[in-house]
Amino acid sequence: MFRLEARTSTPAWFNLALPLIAIAATLILCSGLIAIAGAGVIEAYGVMLSASLGDSYAITETLVRAAPMIFTGLAVAIAFRAKFWNIGAEGQLLAGAVASCFVGAIPMPGTLAMLLMALAGATAGALVALVPATLRVKFKVDDVVSSLLLNSVIYYALMALIEGPWKDTFSGYPISPPIEDSANFPVLIEGTRLHLGVIVALIAAPLCWFLIARTTLGFRIRVTGENPEAARYGGINVQRVLLSTALLSGALAGLAGVGEVGGVHFQVMSDISPGYGYSGIVVAMLARLNPLGVVPAAIFLAAVMTGAEAMSRATGVPAFLSDVIQGTALLAMLVALLFTAYRIRRVGAQT
Amino acid sequence: MSAPLIEMRGITKSFGAVKANEAVDLSVTPGEILGLLGENGAGKTTLMNVLFGAYAPDAGEILVEGRPVAIHNSADALAAGIGMVHQHFHLAPRLTVLENLLIGIPGKSGRIDRARGLARLTEISRQYGLSLDPNLPVSALSVGEQQRLEIIKALFRGAKLLILDEPTAVLAPSEVDGLFAALRSMAAQGLGIIFISHKLNEVRALTHRCVVLRHGKVAGRVDHPAETTSAEMARLMCGHEIVPPVKEASTPGAAVLTLDGISTAGHAGTPLRDVSLSVRAGEILGIAGVSGNGQRALADVISGMLPPGAGAMTIAGKTVKQFSPRELQALGLGRIPEDRMTTGLVTNLPLADSMVLPRIGTEAFSRKGLLNPAAIRAFAEAQIKAYDIRCPGPMVRAGALSGGNLQKALLARELAFDPKVLIVSQPTRGLDIGAARFIHEKFLAMRARGCGIIVIGEDLEELLMLSDRIAVMYEGRIAGTLPSADATVARLGLMMTGAGQTEEAA
Repeated sequence: MFRLEARTSTPAWFNLALPLIAIAATLILCSGLIAIAGAGVIEAYGVMLSASLGDSYAITETLVRAAPMIFTGLAVAIAFRAKFWNIGAEGQLLAGAVASCFVGAIPMPGTLAMLLMALAGATAGALVALVPATLRVKFKVDDVVSSLLLNSVIYYALMALIEGPWKDTFSGYPISPPIEDSANFPVLIEGTRLHLGVIVALIAAPLCWFLIARTTLGFRIRVTGENPEAARYGGINVQRVLLSTALLSGALAGLAGVGEVGGVHFQVMSDISPGYGYSGIVVAMLARLNPLGVVPAAIFLAAVMTGAEAMSRATGVPAFLSDVIQGTALLAMLVALLFTAYRIRRVGAQT
Repeated sequence: MSAPLIEMRGITKSFGAVKANEAVDLSVTPGEILGLLGENGAGKTTLMNVLFGAYAPDAGEILVEGRPVAIHNSADALAAGIGMVHQHFHLAPRLTVLENLLIGIPGKSGRIDRARGLARLTEISRQYGLSLDPNLPVSALSVGEQQRLEIIKALFRGAKLLILDEPTAVLAPSEVDGLFAALRSMAAQGLGIIFISHKLNEVRALTHRCVVLRHGKVAGRVDHPAETTSAEMARLMCGHEIVPPVKEASTPGAAVLTLDGISTAGHAGTPLRDVSLSVRAGEILGIAGVSGNGQRALADVISGMLPPGAGAMTIAGKTVKQFSPRELQALGLGRIPEDRMTTGLVTNLPLADSMVLPRIGTEAFSRKGLLNPAAIRAFAEAQIKAYDIRCPGPMVRAGALSGGNLQKALLARELAFDPKVLIVSQPTRGLDIGAARFIHEKFLAMRARGCGIIVIGEDLEELLMLSDRIAVMYEGRIAGTLPSADATVARLGLMMTGAGQTEEAA
């Protein structure tokens, strides 16, 4: 018989090993599905790997996909540090996309347009995140529920916008008017889609780490998340910390939308985000809420997404496998986290 | 003597390199109350967790009524007739007393058998004098009543041996008498009881026999606790003599903290009603009272957690305006909360973070919103050294420290800034003799340096030993103030019930 026993301390190498173990477990579990779909497991994963990280073009495509998940991953990681349960990164992303698209469609010099797009997108995301945070601080409304439900509100508002006032009169498609060409984010490597926003995302991660680890605001966020009572006793304005965290988190999620509008789609349509906001939760958990860990975690998920399409074409395994892998990875990580607090002991076999 | 109800032979349990228990032998006969004494970390809780099935021992065996048994979990323990009342209760607050008793008890064809449960509850209540209204929700019970429910729960499940882990730590003095009476009655009717404590007077008053643990080993056995001196038992527990600290005479200076007509509203506990008091420099004011008579509100007002509805407060002559923790700290107030684990520290973060938490925004630890990690670390390291806080270093998780070391850390974080006034609640609750002694010495040293100290506590012996004056709280008011030279446990006890004479507060 096996049982769980509380740990007195957690070895340091666990922090690195746990996500890797969770990912390995995920790939092993999902290989069953590949086999059922009638493909070779090694072959399928091989195609996935080569299509996502196999050559420099594939790598740039993976990074382009990773960028929004870096932002939403950071948004979730920072929010969860304060125990502000922001499940609304998806809605905040969409709000950021709409706001930046609106600004980007106004003719003005390119640099100014990009800066204003970022500002508008971040502000829109922050304001959306402020809603569940304010409801929680003022009325003790559960932030998991309110932030999650707000996603649908924002999504259908966006649909109403692109089916209504923003509808393309020429084609009749439910898509917004495109942003100005001058507002398109510069491409960094000719012949790829690697845009400026990707670099901004890669820089945002260490900045967020610095904020959490090295600033008084970060200190207050950590303490508030771990023990709000001790925080209050220590003179921290817990409500203000929660609201600041929400603004920061929403702004980061909003920037994910800005990147998609300015660097990838140049307009807003209904499927501008294939659930990047929700993937941000998986990313943040795999990263163990460490902003630096968000980058590799987002790249892993992006590689799975990019690779799954190629795998589907090559082996006939449905590309939905990428969603299964994401979900399984989250569950595997949650199980793995159990082992930071407990260890397995064999009992009952002694004589 | 009858055959042992339970016998533990050669129990050894290690956690990594630490031997929490080493070759411990222990037995309880029916009708016996066994005291299990030891300082924090001596291995009392580990030993009982082995008996209750939470840990598997590395070596040794457990015999119940002479038969070896294997106990792998609490269900096995209950089946063997062992019941445990933990320090932290395991009750469902929204369910009633009866429903809590029936949790996990198989009913008839999937339905809960309330009638049989009620009959059994009535029987247990009558047999041991443990009465409780079966229909009250647990959230409406006092701490003492919740503890009684835990005891009933164990008996309900057929416990023949009852383990109580520091049961008096959560009780007011008046409730302790009730608990002891119930335990004596249970023993008289043939139950065995293991009473874990480090309060020597309680062990001497209650138990028939006791086992003293030190560093995981049996340091001694006392066959007649009532006839053994506390000093002798303390020596067994600590391994050396414990001398009470000397309180030198001091001449108090000007008032450093005054409360004038403070009343509160909107607090969870008993509100304050027109409380006036003052503490002078170099003076220790003890606040006595039965738990729940407004001490919590008093501590919260003074430490900036609860702005009062009416009244005024001054610190070092300056009037307090916002009653925020930051303002009070800036005026020179040091605060040590009643509950170190939930209010004082952040158990999941490094110890250093907890040690700088109240002053993180000051020049000492940050500048323009940027932390100064070197200063934070240096401060924590210096205090760890100065206060002999036993830990691997400042970056260790605060929750990994023992209660005594945590209390030292909280003391260090306040005293490092040389407060003019210090407010502490239950400063030595749950601490062993050595750690309590250390805390007392620090208070007396601060007093000698001219700090005014308010000690809110339930341990009257401690208050009498430390204080220059003692104020008694009753129903949110100051019922009276005595110089401690005139105070006795009996006189204070009378005032605590609201029956004592009222003297003008100084």
